[in-house]
Amino acid sequence: MTVLEIRGLTVAVEDTEILTGVDLTIRSGETHAIMGPNGSGKSTLAYAIAGHPKYTVTGGTVTLDGEDVLAMSVDERARAGLFLAMQYPVEVPGVSVSNFLRSAATAVRGEAPKLRLWVKEQKEAMGRLEMDPAFAERNVNEGFSGGEKKRHEILQLELLQPRIAVLDETDSGLDVDALRVVSEGVNRVRATGETGVLLITHYTRILNYITPDFVHVFVKGRIVEQGGPELADELEKNGYAKYGPEAKAPLHARSLPAGPVFGGAVTPA
Amino acid sequence: MQDALTTERAALKETGGITDGSVAVGVKPSTPRSPADVRPERVRSFDPEVFGAPTGREEEWRFTPLPRLRALLDGTDSDAHLTVTSELPEGVELVEVPLTDLDLPAPVDRLAALALQRARTSLVVRVPKALEADAPVVLTLHGTGTDEVVWGSVVLDVAEQARATVVIEHTGSAHYAACVSVLVGDGAALQLVQVQDWADDAVHGAHVASRLGRDASLVSTQVTLGGDLVRVNETAEFTGPGASVELRGVSFADRGQHLEHRLLIDHSVPHCRSNVVYKSALHGDEAHTVWVGDVLIRAGATGTDTYELNRNLLLTPEARADSVPNLEIETGEIAGAGHASATGRFDDQQLFYLQSRGIPADVARQMVVRGFFADVVEQIGVPALEERLMATIEAELERAFA
Repeated sequence: MTVLEIRGLTVAVEDTEILTGVDLTIRSGETHAIMGPNGSGKSTLAYAIAGHPKYTVTGGTVTLDGEDVLAMSVDERARAGLFLAMQYPVEVPGVSVSNFLRSAATAVRGEAPKLRLWVKEQKEAMGRLEMDPAFAERNVNEGFSGGEKKRHEILQLELLQPRIAVLDETDSGLDVDALRVVSEGVNRVRATGETGVLLITHYTRILNYITPDFVHVFVKGRIVEQGGPELADELEKNGYAKYGPEAKAPLHARSLPAGPVFGGAVTPA
Repeated sequence: MQDALTTERAALKETGGITDGSVAVGVKPSTPRSPADVRPERVRSFDPEVFGAPTGREEEWRFTPLPRLRALLDGTDSDAHLTVTSELPEGVELVEVPLTDLDLPAPVDRLAALALQRARTSLVVRVPKALEADAPVVLTLHGTGTDEVVWGSVVLDVAEQARATVVIEHTGSAHYAACVSVLVGDGAALQLVQVQDWADDAVHGAHVASRLGRDASLVSTQVTLGGDLVRVNETAEFTGPGASVELRGVSFADRGQHLEHRLLIDHSVPHCRSNVVYKSALHGDEAHTVWVGDVLIRAGATGTDTYELNRNLLLTPEARADSVPNLEIETGEIAGAGHASATGRFDDQQLFYLQSRGIPADVARQMVVRGFFADVVEQIGVPALEERLMATIEAELERAFA
């Protein structure tokens, strides 16, 4: 059993506080959906967990089975079992998908997978995501369509088998077919019971394919309400209006009041 | 290749990288354009005195640290030589010929004119008519010291309908001024790779002068890694229609190195094609690369198709990459003409992406730089050499980040 614990997390970007005190606990086998309006800081939470250098943690803790995640480098976090499926995966010219995947698997597993077995493993995983084998020879994310980028992210999720996976707006920009394929991939990983999933989304659409155990409403950099899947249905009906005017309109970082830099626990779980 | 170019162009368009001159993405512009970039009539002559002694104010010389090149511009006579070792496939011959017996393209600058005047004889690689060489010609030119200037000339004479691959490797210590004359006959094809893998104290100035016949094809790759100062002036001219030239280059400049590549492609006959891809990575204080790409499409050169691309990757902020593409077109009846230049820092987003998959920073950096150079190096066509060059580049990278 793996536990990712986030306590009182505050995060700033260039001196502007974006996360104002996040408390969240994710266990392996659980699926949590974080829903919130644009600009509420959902993606910031994802990047802060992964350790993107642009995001400065100003307070709070993040631990994975008691280990201090915030003290780890980006690659150490991944090797510890964290995974971030990105909303905007990055192009890496001249690096082929197969080379990239094998390098990642080698790093995460601690040894290079045997070539013959690896080829088979990769091919099967690609087949499940309805990806053409020729895809493996293309350069990472270069010239990929929106759907291809997201399939490629979920391919990595399946191959790397992280303990905690954060999926940042994986549903954005997908047509119905791609959404189905991608959701099935996520559900296969969930079915192992070994991975905890944090699903970040603006819309409820993907929740028709992936049923969360917990839904958290994210507004102004923190969780303001929590519930079960029924909360998503309510959001689908009523939107984010009840969480105040800031939640309705896209929230601009600059309009945030200066919050406490080292905020304590805000929302009890 | 075409795919890579399309992607490259799209990427450059996205970043606003396509302009009429050099562009720096995320860094201060390295090379402001000035009226001096529009060059006066180009002078070519076998007489060094026609060029005069450069002062550093000339467009030709404005980027070059002349004091470090001085010995090669003074013209002091010398009998010093580089040690030559060669591998020759069957049918290809290597001979030494008095320069007076050869008809070569004229030098573009004083250094090249001095080299042809002082060298007296030339190494000549002859690939006879219609021969398809079954293995690469390899010339290794090794220097043993910098006491005296070595004046050198190499001629690659690929007769009509012949096909060959030639690799020229420069190693060791030397002050070396040379002309490499590349004659590609009608319907012939030459794949040429020149490697500058000198010791740290080497100074190398060269003119690589190509002349292509009808339907001839030349792919010329410059790999410049070692040396205190390397300045290569590469020119291509056409004597008949239907010819194609690709000029490619990779360089890795570290602390204190000055690596300069200047190109001039002179389109004077119809229906020829040229394509240029030059990439450099730089690391450390005073690391300096210069790329100047001139393409001239004369009034008679209808149906010309040309494209130039230069990309520079700054691994540290103190390095400097100058990039000046220049296209002069004297006819409207061309198939295509364009250029793009971009200089950027190491992409932190790429590093983050790779690291977020568990790949350690040093391995991730290696993958990115390898990827950056891959499209040039992987097209050299000599697999053993490609592997060795990538390994050398990776060793440079490891040193750079140690």
